[in-house]
Amino acid sequence: MKELTLSTLFAVFEEIFGKGLFWAMVAVAALVTVGYIYVLVRDRAVSWKKFLLAQMAMPFGAVGAVVFVQHMTHSSLSDLGGPVDVIVLAMIAIVGAIGAAILVYTVQGLFSRRAV
Amino acid sequence: MNMNRRALLGLLAAGGVASVAASGTQAAQTVNTSAKIVILGAGAAGMALANRLNTRLNGADITIIDGRPRHLYQPGFTLIAAGLKPADYSVSSNDTWLPRGVNFINAFASEIDPESKLLRIAGQEDVAYDYLIVAPGLKLDWDKIEGFSLDMVGENGIGAVYAGPEYAAKTWTAMDKFTDEGGVALFTRPATGMKCAGAPLKYTFLTDDYARRKGNRGKVEMTYAAHNNGLFGVPIVNEKVRMLFEDRGVDVHHNHVMKAIDPVKKLATFETPEGDTELPYDFTNVIPPQRAPDVILNSALPWADKWVGQGWVEVDQYTLRHNRYPEIFACGDVAGVPKGKTAASVKWQVPVVEEQLIAQIQGQESDARYNGYTSCPLITKIGRAMLVEFDYNNNLVPSFPGVIAPLEELWISWLMKEVALKATYNAMLRGRA
Repeated sequence: MKELTLSTLFAVFEEIFGKGLFWAMVAVAALVTVGYIYVLVRDRAVSWKKFLLAQMAMPFGAVGAVVFVQHMTHSSLSDLGGPVDVIVLAMIAIVGAIGAAILVYTVQGLFSRRAV
Repeated sequence: MNMNRRALLGLLAAGGVASVAASGTQAAQTVNTSAKIVILGAGAAGMALANRLNTRLNGADITIIDGRPRHLYQPGFTLIAAGLKPADYSVSSNDTWLPRGVNFINAFASEIDPESKLLRIAGQEDVAYDYLIVAPGLKLDWDKIEGFSLDMVGENGIGAVYAGPEYAAKTWTAMDKFTDEGGVALFTRPATGMKCAGAPLKYTFLTDDYARRKGNRGKVEMTYAAHNNGLFGVPIVNEKVRMLFEDRGVDVHHNHVMKAIDPVKKLATFETPEGDTELPYDFTNVIPPQRAPDVILNSALPWADKWVGQGWVEVDQYTLRHNRYPEIFACGDVAGVPKGKTAASVKWQVPVVEEQLIAQIQGQESDARYNGYTSCPLITKIGRAMLVEFDYNNNLVPSFPGVIAPLEELWISWLMKEVALKATYNAMLRGRA
């Protein structure tokens, strides 16, 4: 890879998903993040009840992300060939887990009235 | 509240990184010129250069000439021929990539006159240039395989992955049937310079993998006929491929160059140092000799003493400028350099031609050099590949040293081939990568 800059990365992601879909996904991710921050600011505290449910969503997010990537790329767990592959797999799972947790926490925060 | 502050700090930090990275890409300056620049060929190299020069040059008269009706993403052919992508995966319209303000002549040039700096096009006016970039790709010389014609592809175990996306799809039909039924699979490569010398190996590995997945490997015999004593031009990679072929049970015949095929008897004839010999097949991927297109071969541009009869353009291997006509550059498959008939090479060559040409227009010199970089995500099964990258000196030049090992079969290298490669290629066409 030559000149791997942020603008190159954006160009590549735009080509992978299409310009519209990519920026729509960025917008959704940004909205969820803003929603998350809003809930935290509004409640002035982390709600451990919501956090517990959010944590329970993490394994589903992790497995979902891995299954999605493998399905899209015609591959399976048996294709892991070295340490870097395990790291990539773990990163995909972690991103899926954190994404699911933030999403679930935010949805609870926005749709439940009491913040405890 | 703490988490909130931390999140905000994180966002600010990310924004800072983004602005630093973005500012790093604004180095190239626009240059005013009225030069007439002609690009022959709207493939990977031609299209990328049209976009980059169009951005960099203000006032230049840029014309791109190509008679082909559509643009083909050639690295996708292997995936189509493996049944993983449909034929239209590799097909796009030229209009998708052509920049505004560049003239496009949808016709083939018939003659190049470098003395009077003219291109002739049948039935049209001559096109004059101040600077010419030749990037018409190469010609697959199917006629050099006696007994073969493209209408045979897909039937009777005959494949031709290189012939185009539709033929790659037909090759998949033949390979799918073969790996159901079993028999002898025969793989070859020509003795000429060729596009992606890793592709014949990839298709051998993929056929082996399908036979295994279907539980039919016991019914399949795999034969690879190499044109010389090796399997790959880079010694360290060659040794790895030799080990993998041994592991997969692929029999290798060295110094075998296919010259004829008999689709009725299912026999292929090979030239060898000991004379002609025949090998049987139930499935084969025909790859013909390759050479420069006629318009280049019949011009004054090719090397006289190297690659005789193949017609690759005589350029300096580092600057890609013609040795005898300094206002002419060659880029991509047609360039007469020791390595680099791949899209990855094009990605490295294009900025060099751009910098050299712009410096020349300004009466300056550029230190931009092409070091022979070529990359090959060498697929060894569905789901794994080796990200092999090397230069003129046969040195491995990994993009991610210490992270992605070049000679290991890895999932991450497969992910790159499947997900990131076409996107990077498209970004390159637009002049953005």
